Amino acid sequence: MTEWITAVMPYTTSLRCKECSRETELLPVNVCDFCFGPLEVQYDYDAIARVMSRESIKNGPPSMWRYAELLPADPENRVDINAGLTPLVKADRLGKALGLNELYLKNDCVNPTYSFKDRVVSVAATAARDFGFDTLACASTGNLAGSVAAHAARAGIRCYVFIPADLELGKVVGAAIYGPTLVAVNGSYDDVNRLCSEIADRYGWAFVNINVRPYYSEGSKTLGYEAAEQLGWRAPDHAIVPAASGSMFTKIWKGLNELHDIGIISKPKTKMHIAQAEGSSPIVSAYDAGIKDIRPVRPDTVAKSLAIGNPADGYYALKVIEDSDGTGHAVTDAEIIDSMKLLAQTEGIFAETAGGVTIGVLRRLAAKGLIGKDEVTVAYITGNGLKTQEAVQDVAQTVNIDASLRDFEDAIKAEDA
Amino acid sequence: MAKARVRFTFASELIQEPIIWSLGREYEVVTNIRRANVEEDQGWVVLELDGDQAEIDRGIEWVKSRGVRVDPVPGDVIEG
Repeated sequence: MTEWITAVMPYTTSLRCKECSRETELLPVNVCDFCFGPLEVQYDYDAIARVMSRESIKNGPPSMWRYAELLPADPENRVDINAGLTPLVKADRLGKALGLNELYLKNDCVNPTYSFKDRVVSVAATAARDFGFDTLACASTGNLAGSVAAHAARAGIRCYVFIPADLELGKVVGAAIYGPTLVAVNGSYDDVNRLCSEIADRYGWAFVNINVRPYYSEGSKTLGYEAAEQLGWRAPDHAIVPAASGSMFTKIWKGLNELHDIGIISKPKTKMHIAQAEGSSPIVSAYDAGIKDIRPVRPDTVAKSLAIGNPADGYYALKVIEDSDGTGHAVTDAEIIDSMKLLAQTEGIFAETAGGVTIGVLRRLAAKGLIGKDEVTVAYITGNGLKTQEAVQDVAQTVNIDASLRDFEDAIKAEDA
Repeated sequence: MAKARVRFTFASELIQEPIIWSLGREYEVVTNIRRANVEEDQGWVVLELDGDQAEIDRGIEWVKSRGVRVDPVPGDVIEG
């Protein structure tokens, strides 16, 4: 299998354990056989540097696949619903409110299934096809389910989505529409976790964030590449990134450093700031305590898409904070909701609760003076607010009138007063 | 025979208890530690359990009943 995979992913070389550094073949496995540490895809950066340039990227497709050499999947075989190359918006009104002149928002709300998950799933689905899988699967309560089901539909392969049995069906309509088999599992959140790990071990399926995870997670690097390209080929001074497992946070940093390694940008001096919700903040808690050991928690937050109590990449996220001289912060549900409103009402972007976490932490950083007013700052908005409307339902206030012009004008005067 | 790759997280009051030894003694489960870290107020162990699935399940339930948190090695796999 390795020869075939190396042929279709010519710039990848192996999987390497992030703990013991042992290398293994490019296979659909996520943990090291020796120490059970997580595996990460390795590349031949010298070969990539010979073929990749600012020009070649510009001439690539208008999607995340313009960085194909740095992704572990065959671009000719890609499962592509046009994820990525989302807008980097100069946020002047929000910036003014926070005293920041160079604030940018990476708006990943506008991906095809309305979240950044399309980036990771596009790579996972392609790698799954490269490895010859006929079934794509995931366990999810929202964004991931929709993205996996959409990519499976596009690829024409079977799809299984596992959800907790008590999840409101309305939460999975955005996945169900693509025709996956939805499996509602009775039991606790931990039971669903354990069952999915067992199924991934036993069935010959591509579970995107289990056995295909080393490939899947690499898709998040494109959030770093794109921000650098859209800033005119430079890394930002600060990046604020929401975190659940911590994977995306580490991969944005990796992406920026890879662009430097292949000679496309100067060495990144980006301070990486991790953003969590107080009700699910095991990474920030460890950062605050000055330790590297993650203490698992039971999530309880309005930011459901960030509700991971035992984050797979928590330790590595803490390393990135340290390496980049960044920080970690957790915000309350009230701050999250207030920040969603502030973002919508200053920049016209309706983000899901995770976006409220990002903006909440951005506000903290600005208030504490941790971001200079002219420093280039990118805040990552990773999912669309239409998915979590219940969090901000109170904004739907109406001015009630009878159907007469006089009533209308009286009401408007009262509003203006 | 089945295998399970799990992570046990021990609170400080459990660190001195020989839970893994007891697991292997009380249940028909072979325990094979691959990585571990023990600090003042918490410890964790990543290990493989080898045995009949039903016996592994019973063993894990017993470990949980002792107050140890048991997670799959890859961490939480249910994502938002």
